[in-house]
Amino acid sequence: MARFLLHRLVAFLPTLVGISILVFFVIRQIPGDAITAKLGAEAAGELTPAQEAAYRAYFGLDKPLTQQYAEWVGKLLQGDFGYSEIRREPVLTAIFKTFPLTLELTVLALLIALVLGLPIGIVSATRPNSVLDLFSRSISLLGLSLPNFWAGTLIILVLSTVFHSMPNAGRFITLAEDPLRNLGQMFFPAFTLGFAFSASIMRTTRAVMLEALSQDYVRTARSKGLRERTVILVHTLRNGLIPIITLTGVEMGYLLGGAVLVEDVFALPGIGRLTYTAILQRDYALVQGAVLFIAFNFVLVNLLVDFLYSVVDPRVSRA
Amino acid sequence: MPDVVKRLLGNRSAAIGLAIVLLYLVMAVLGAFELTPYPPNQQHPRPADRLQPPGATYLMGSDQFGRDIFSRVLRGTIYSLRVALISVAIATLLGTAIGMISGYVGGTMDTLIMRIMDVFFAFPAILLALAVVSALGPGPNNAIPAIAVVYTPIFARVARAPVLSVKAMEFITAARCIGMRHWRILFRHVLPNAVAPVLVTISLALSWALLTEAGLSFLGLGPQPPEPSWGLMLKDGRNLMESAPWLAIFPGLAIMLGVLGFNLLGDGLRDVFDPRLRR
Repeated sequence: MARFLLHRLVAFLPTLVGISILVFFVIRQIPGDAITAKLGAEAAGELTPAQEAAYRAYFGLDKPLTQQYAEWVGKLLQGDFGYSEIRREPVLTAIFKTFPLTLELTVLALLIALVLGLPIGIVSATRPNSVLDLFSRSISLLGLSLPNFWAGTLIILVLSTVFHSMPNAGRFITLAEDPLRNLGQMFFPAFTLGFAFSASIMRTTRAVMLEALSQDYVRTARSKGLRERTVILVHTLRNGLIPIITLTGVEMGYLLGGAVLVEDVFALPGIGRLTYTAILQRDYALVQGAVLFIAFNFVLVNLLVDFLYSVVDPRVSRA
Repeated sequence: MPDVVKRLLGNRSAAIGLAIVLLYLVMAVLGAFELTPYPPNQQHPRPADRLQPPGATYLMGSDQFGRDIFSRVLRGTIYSLRVALISVAIATLLGTAIGMISGYVGGTMDTLIMRIMDVFFAFPAILLALAVVSALGPGPNNAIPAIAVVYTPIFARVARAPVLSVKAMEFITAARCIGMRHWRILFRHVLPNAVAPVLVTISLALSWALLTEAGLSFLGLGPQPPEPSWGLMLKDGRNLMESAPWLAIFPGLAIMLGVLGFNLLGDGLRDVFDPRLRR
């Protein structure tokens, strides 16, 4: 098992290297540089050549790009993600200020999606084309088509006009400060993201269950007199779990990258808005660090998914 | 009528989806030529025209400048559809070509190309789009390269799979034996096998592209004011939402219905093309 995971981790290394190259060079295509970002375009235009040279040397911009990249990666490997000149704090500090929120939002959203999507998908598959099936399929189509920033906006509208409640109006309260008020602020954004994703879960669950229910082993299980509940929950669901795990893994990877739009609507300081602001401010060090951090999470989630495959289906790890 | 078209129109999802897509094309044409009840950007300073609820004069109400929301929603269609159609067209051509050639050539080249595609796939999509848009500056068309880059790897994967399964078949070997050139084999014998999955993906990708475009313009990176775009109208409408909810409701509805149309069409196409689901 350990060898299997190690093998997968090594296989992901080229992807991480590729992303680091991509982010390093893409952000340098954005007009302006660290100097204009720090001083403003106008002030930066008035620098004397000597001042400009001093700034370029200070930011390391006078070196060739390849050398800048090599130095960045070298420091990364020592755990140094660089320093954000605009925020005046280390990049890692900025990331770890926002990441707990993103992690909490991700976990809550996935929980909501699974709690809604799995049972409805299963029931839909066991009674295809029933009223309930048609209803849940319509809801899931709606969930797939609803822009989450609009759904969030409508939720806020209903909360404020009907219930006169604005949980996200004030400062963000962390989980450690006051768990109840924190959940009050986190529930609706998590629901917005979770509802949308529950649609995918519902559709996938229905599809894999429908296919699995027509298999021979299901007939065998039924004919040896197992209860229908056992047939569905133990025999059929387990075989349908792999596509559901894959789907949840990909979504988790995306959610851990921050939900810029939902964070924006609900005024949450997550990693999505952190990166978005950093891109707008040309905060090279922070964008590079944050994107690489997000990509690393993506890789970790993929590893977790591979691990779960082998738990659910022991045939996988032998391959 | 060809069999596929008949089956497509007989499929409820596909028929409804197609109807919505056609409606949006009509809306786009009306918006493009400004065949709208009022000029979309014309302000009506009289207080009686400002922030009017939906009614006979203003079908979807008016905003704080007395502009007609219905006219602006119509006008916004052209921006959203143009970005979605062009970006998905680029991603389809590029991705399908990459995926097919990669799968056909095989070996180390294939591994290398698909690894590069994985990099783009693992890169957070909206952030990549944000980076591209901020490099080009905000503008009505700058979401196009961003969305195209994000969806190219998806098409590469979708087009590669059928190539791998067809490549080893005897009719390909036979074609090689009679001296057919590789590119001709790709077009005549391999491509037809990839058409169905690619068509389904196009429809679904259009729905995602509409969502992404709306999201980018919601963040202020799409068409610039006073030109209307659904995302921006929604964002601006939020401030006055409690007294004038129609400002935020109708642009959002326009986005949702369009996305729904392409989703339904994609579902219908999949049902029609997937022989396992055919009854």
